[in-house]
Amino acid sequence: MLSQESLAKIDRELTKYPADRRQAAVMSALRIAQDEKGWLSKETVAYVAEYLGIPPIAALEVASFYNMYELEPVGQYKITVCTNISCMLRDSDVIVDHLQERLGIGFNETTPDGKFTLKEGECMGCCGGAPLFHINNKRMCEFLTKEKVDAILEELK
Amino acid sequence: MLNIEIDGKAVEVDHGTTIIDAADKLGIAIPRFCYHKKLSVAANCRMCLVQVEKFAKPLPACATPVADGMKIFTRSKAAVEAQKSVMEFLLINHPLDCPICDQGGECDLQDIAVAYGAPASRYAEEKRVVLNKNIGPLVSTDMTRCIQCTRCVRFLKEVGGMMELGMVGRGEHAEITAYVDKSVDSELSGNIIDLCPVGALTSKPFRYKARTWELTRRPSIAPHDGLGSQIEVHIKDGKVLRVLPREKESINECWLSDRDRFSYEGLNSPDRLTVPMIKHHGEWHETDWKTALEFAAGQLKDITNADGGEQLGVLVSPNSTMEEAYLAKQIAHGLGSSNIDYRLRQTDFRLDGKRMGTPWMGCNIPDLQEMDRILVIGSNLRNEHPLLANRIRKAVAQGAELSLVNPMDDDQLMAVKHKAICTPNDMVNVLAQILKAMSGLQRLSLCLPKSLNDLLETVRVWDNSQAMAESLAGLGKEVDLVSPRTGIFLGNIAQSHPRFTELYSLAEAIASLCGATFGILSPAANSTGAHLVGVLPGEHGLNAKAMLESPRKAYLLVNVEPELDCHHAAQARQAIAEAECVIALTAYKSEALEHADVLLPIAPFTETSGTYMSMEGRVQSFTAVTKPLGECRPGWKILRVLGNTLGLSGFDFDSSEQVKNAIFGGQKPSTVVWNSLNNNLRELIDIQVKIKSNVLQRLGEVPQFQSDAIVRRSPPLQKTRAVQAPVAAMHSQLLTELGLDDGEMVTVKQGVASVLLKAKRDDRLPHGVVRVPTALPVTSLLGDLMGEIEVTRA
Repeated sequence: MLSQESLAKIDRELTKYPADRRQAAVMSALRIAQDEKGWLSKETVAYVAEYLGIPPIAALEVASFYNMYELEPVGQYKITVCTNISCMLRDSDVIVDHLQERLGIGFNETTPDGKFTLKEGECMGCCGGAPLFHINNKRMCEFLTKEKVDAILEELK
Repeated sequence: MLNIEIDGKAVEVDHGTTIIDAADKLGIAIPRFCYHKKLSVAANCRMCLVQVEKFAKPLPACATPVADGMKIFTRSKAAVEAQKSVMEFLLINHPLDCPICDQGGECDLQDIAVAYGAPASRYAEEKRVVLNKNIGPLVSTDMTRCIQCTRCVRFLKEVGGMMELGMVGRGEHAEITAYVDKSVDSELSGNIIDLCPVGALTSKPFRYKARTWELTRRPSIAPHDGLGSQIEVHIKDGKVLRVLPREKESINECWLSDRDRFSYEGLNSPDRLTVPMIKHHGEWHETDWKTALEFAAGQLKDITNADGGEQLGVLVSPNSTMEEAYLAKQIAHGLGSSNIDYRLRQTDFRLDGKRMGTPWMGCNIPDLQEMDRILVIGSNLRNEHPLLANRIRKAVAQGAELSLVNPMDDDQLMAVKHKAICTPNDMVNVLAQILKAMSGLQRLSLCLPKSLNDLLETVRVWDNSQAMAESLAGLGKEVDLVSPRTGIFLGNIAQSHPRFTELYSLAEAIASLCGATFGILSPAANSTGAHLVGVLPGEHGLNAKAMLESPRKAYLLVNVEPELDCHHAAQARQAIAEAECVIALTAYKSEALEHADVLLPIAPFTETSGTYMSMEGRVQSFTAVTKPLGECRPGWKILRVLGNTLGLSGFDFDSSEQVKNAIFGGQKPSTVVWNSLNNNLRELIDIQVKIKSNVLQRLGEVPQFQSDAIVRRSPPLQKTRAVQAPVAAMHSQLLTELGLDDGEMVTVKQGVASVLLKAKRDDRLPHGVVRVPTALPVTSLLGDLMGEIEVTRA
C-alpha cells in the first residue's frame, strides 16, 4: 500500500514518541502517506491506521479535521490561495481571477489534464507576504502578481 | 477536603472533585449533555456553564475542579444567560421533529430546552441535514438530530474497548459516523442508545412501537448470563416492548449487554407455545392443562412404577429459576429418581461429591476491577459475560496484568500481558507448568501434596508459563501478602472441558500458592442457584452426561432444548427420540422437542415470579412483569400441580415466595448462601497432567446469541454481524496439512454423524483445533463440544 520509503519515514516519526503512544504519530503518518499518494483514500487512511495500530475511525477523524489532508483526488499541483482579510486587502481577488482564467477551473476543481487543482485557503499566518498561495502544502509563493503567477504556472507545466 | 459553596449551600468535597460532581452531591441540578459520570470529560456541549466568583467568564462545571473557598452560582444572571445562549446554539441545527422522534418524552434536549431555553428561536435559516448511517440491526440513527456530544464515541472507545464510532469533519460539518460502511459490532452497543441525550441513536427493534409515557416499567433480572444484571422491562398492552438497565453499581453499573437488552424480542416469537400439547399416535394435539398434566403424571408414574425411578432422567436448564429447579428436584426424588442435573454442557463430572460447597465466582463483581493480576482460563470473556469483560478491561486499563489460557485467541479488546493459546487438551499442561513455576517461585512446593509434586516432576516449564507465573505472583512488585489482588477464573469453555477436573484442581492449587481469589464464572443466570438448590445427581444418580449416554425411558425437561443445550447434541437427540416418554416444560415449540410426548407451555422470566442466584451468590427475586401468554403458566405452578397430580407430598405451595422459603429453610437467603459458597475441594483428585493427543480436537463454543431459547429467537440479535453461518475454522497450517482451501466445503465428522460446513482459515486458533460452534440446528448432529473431530474434503 505504501512504499518502503514512506514506511521508513513513518517509523522515524514514531521514534519521536513513546513506544506505546503510536497514535501520536498519526498526523505525520497521514502527511507522509498523502505525499506519496497525492491524496488520502479511505483505504490509505485505513492502512495508516492499521500500521499505527489505531482504529481506522480515529485516523479518519484527524484526516477529516484538517484542511491540508485531501480526502478526494487532487491534481498533481494543488494550489491553495489565501482569501482571508490581509490577502484580500492586497488584491488576492485579482490573483484568484487570474488563476481561474488561466487554468479554466473554479475552486475545488481540477484541470482536465489532472495537473492543477485550485483550492481556497484560510490565513496561512504569512500576512506580511500577501497575497500568497502555496503549492502542495509545501511551497509558499508570496507577493504574487499576475506576472509572477504566470511564471510559476509556466515552471510547473 | 475543600470547602466550597454552591448557590449558597456549603459543602465539603475531596480534592479533584469537579463542580458538577459537587453539585450532584448537593442535589443541585446542572444541565448537561456531554458529561457522563462513567465516561471521560469532553466539555464540548457547554451546557453546564456556571458562574464562579472571581472568574470573568462562565466555566464548564464538568471540567472545572473545585478550589478551596470557591463560590459557584448555577442560577445567577450570568449563568442563566450562558445556559440560554448554549441552548439556543444547540438548537440552531436541531430539527423540530419531536412528534415523530422516539426519544420524545425521555429526551434530555427536550427537557433541558424547556427548563433552560428560550420559548422561541431567532433563527430562520435552513437547518443542516446529516445523512443517516446504518450501523447495524440494533441501533437506529437519525443523525440530523445529533448535537455532537460524543458520548457514544467515548463509550465505545472507553467502555466497549474499540473505537467504532468517531466524529469526522469539523465545525458545522462535523458528524458522528462509523468508518465508511462499517457497523457497530460491540456486544455492548445498545448502551449508546441510553447514552444519547437526543434522538440521534434510538433502539431499532423498538422504533415507532410506543411513546415512552405509554409504557409501564417493571423491575426484573436479566436471565442470559451469570451476572444477574438488573433490568427494567417496559410493557404496553401486556407485551414487552423494550428492556433497559436499572442502575446497580455493584452489578451492571448503568450498562446492559446487547444480549440482555434485545433478547426480549424472542419473547414475542411466533414459536411461543401457548397451549399444552399431547402427542397421540405421532400427531400433536392441543389440549387443556388438566388433561395434559394427568397424562404426563400417568406416563411418569407408569414408567417409574414399572421400571423403577432410575429410568427417569430430569434435565433442568440453568436458566430456570431456583423455584423451578427446586420443584423439579422434588418431583424427581418423589418418583424415586436421583437422576437430575442442570450442568447440561459439562462433560467431566469427576469433581462431584468432592466439593466443599457451591462453586461460585470467589469474589464480588466490583472486586474484579480492583485486581492487579488476573488469570482467566478457558473463557471467551466478551462472548460469555460481556459486562464482566468490561470490569476486567477496567482493571487492565488501570494497570492490571491479564493472562489468558485459552484454546482460541479472540480479541478481548484489552491488553493481554501473557497468553497461552493451545488445544483444549494442552491447557492442562500449561496450567501444570504455571503451577510448577509458581511453586518454584514461592518456594512452596512443600505445600503441595506429594502426589501433585510427583506429577509436576516431569513437567518442563516453558518461558511463557514461567512469565505467567511470575506475573501472577507479582514477582518484582510490591504485593500485599494478606490479600494480594489476584484472581484466577475458569470460564465456560473450561467448564465444558473434558478435563475440567484437571483444570480445576491445578487452577485451585495455583491460586492457593499465590493467595489468589479463585472462582468459576457461572455460565447461566442460575447455575450457582441450581447447585445450591441441589439439582444434582444423588448417590447412585446419573449426571446430565450419563443420562444421555445410557438413555432413560422417561425424561422430564425443564426449559431445555436437548440438542441445542446439551454437550453432546447427537446423543441428546437420540436419547430423547428413543425415550418412551418425554415431558417437556418449554416456552417454545421447537424441532428439538419434536420427539417429546407432552409439551407444557412454561412462562419465560417476564411472565413468572422467581429467583436467580448470580455467580457472586447474590439472590435476586423478581415478579412477573406481564401476564403469561395464552395458556402459559409459571414453571413453579406447573411443577407444583404436576407434583400434586402425581400424589407426591410436599407440594402445597401457593406462591413462589413459599417455594423460596422452603429452599432456604425459612432462613435469610444470604445466610444460607454464605454458608454454602465454597470452591474448595474436600480431597485431592487423582489427576493426570501429560496426555499426548494427536487427534484433531473440536472447540465447540456456544455463540453469544445462541446461549438459550429466548436469545435464539430474537430476530434483531440474530441479524447482527456476530451471528454468522457456522463454519469449521482452523489454523492455516492445519488447512494446508489437510489439503483444504479456505472457503471450500468440508465434511465434519464426529462419531457416526457428519455435517457439511465451509472451511475457514482462522489463525487465532492453535494447531490441532477445529472450531465448530454448537447450539445451532446445523451442527446439532455433531457430538461432544470438545471431542475428537474429523475433517475431510466434501
